[in-house]
Amino acid sequence: MCVVCGCSNTGTSKPDSSPEVHPTTGDLHFGAGAARVSVPGLSQQRTIKIEEDVLGANNAVATQNRAHFAAHGVRALNLVSSPGSGKTTLLCATIHALKAHAPSLAVAVIEGDQQTSFDADRIRATGAPAIQVNTGKGCHLDAPMVAQAFAQLATHEHAHEHPHAHPHEHSHDDHHHHGHEHGHHHPHDHDHGHDHTHAAQSLLFIENVGNLVCPALWDLGEEAKVAILSVTEGEDKPLKYPDMFAAAQLMILNKIDLLPHLSFDVARCKDYARRVNPGITILELSATTGEGMQAWLDWLLDEPAHHHHHHAPDARQTRIAQLEAELAQLKAEHS
Amino acid sequence: MHELSLAGGILKVLEQTRARDPFERVTHLRLEAGALCGVEISSLRFALQAIAPDTCLEGAHIDIDEPAGSAWCLPCGQSVAILSRLDPCPLCGGHQLQPTGGTELRVVDMQVV
Repeated sequence: MCVVCGCSNTGTSKPDSSPEVHPTTGDLHFGAGAARVSVPGLSQQRTIKIEEDVLGANNAVATQNRAHFAAHGVRALNLVSSPGSGKTTLLCATIHALKAHAPSLAVAVIEGDQQTSFDADRIRATGAPAIQVNTGKGCHLDAPMVAQAFAQLATHEHAHEHPHAHPHEHSHDDHHHHGHEHGHHHPHDHDHGHDHTHAAQSLLFIENVGNLVCPALWDLGEEAKVAILSVTEGEDKPLKYPDMFAAAQLMILNKIDLLPHLSFDVARCKDYARRVNPGITILELSATTGEGMQAWLDWLLDEPAHHHHHHAPDARQTRIAQLEAELAQLKAEHS
Repeated sequence: MHELSLAGGILKVLEQTRARDPFERVTHLRLEAGALCGVEISSLRFALQAIAPDTCLEGAHIDIDEPAGSAWCLPCGQSVAILSRLDPCPLCGGHQLQPTGGTELRVVDMQVV
């Protein structure tokens, strides 16, 4: 649930006092208020069952982020790549292109880097709001960082202006639900009746720290991870960093305008990517020349449900087939 | 490098457990890091040792189980064993594999005093 406004009351916050199953040996049950009190003499060894996911704390916040994004009509994408693959250039080109293709769609960016706000500055120069997150020594963004950055974003604040009762020039009494992304600049241009309430009302790009290893493990609450691989990097990256390409739903081959000067084997690269992730979608483009950008924009503007379509039923069918096979195997063993 | 963050996450889990079920220190910690979970066991062990001093984990013996990787092969229609995400299906040589086991990274249990 949103800590700022409580807009998405999903109840995902984890109660700290959930009844854990701990087979205690002896009478060592301290009172609930006696945390961290060490009592001399009570040193009998016992086992505490934990069975907890190490990334559980992060994943709980990621789940909250996901609900929060959904409540605001935000489609969040986590962009991952090595440093220098052209993520920021692609984002700038994408923001410019979206202004022409989908002018009513709000776009915001969360920029993750170890240091500097260079990237956020580049994004802000396009007119889109951006928040820079410097991770310091960290090699990846985590879900709490994204939660805090999202709270800073104007799209978020704006969405909350009614619940917070901020005085503001555009205070329609009706139709609160949509239109909140549509900005201070022209509040009266599209008041009512625009018909995209079911599509995402805004896009949030989360540009992760340039790193093909760690960001694969941290769920930020995004709808999909997009792995960007530039053709100057070598076609074997999907095999060298399989976790990342396995976690991504889309792979973008960037800088294809440079292909004539390189010995990059596009077909082999795609084959490698599909080896680690048979279901991955692959797009080829050049953010500099604009070649292939249309397919990327189409993917971005596609109804979010489409991206899940080919996954969910597959997973279920796979599971059913798996169980049937196990059953057949058991029968064979027992006959 | 992310193993250090993960070690911090493990310590957090222990501290949270201690907050609701107080103990003095951990003598024995058992973790599970599957073959496909994206974690280097030796790095994780090193990171845990690095953060242990002055925490409830100081001096603890740490066991890390490594559940084997397994995947569902679509063409074969059965579960097969794999060592990494790069492995082909040992039966058909194909790569239409969906990892089903060995992706877990968990704190299993611990002995405390």
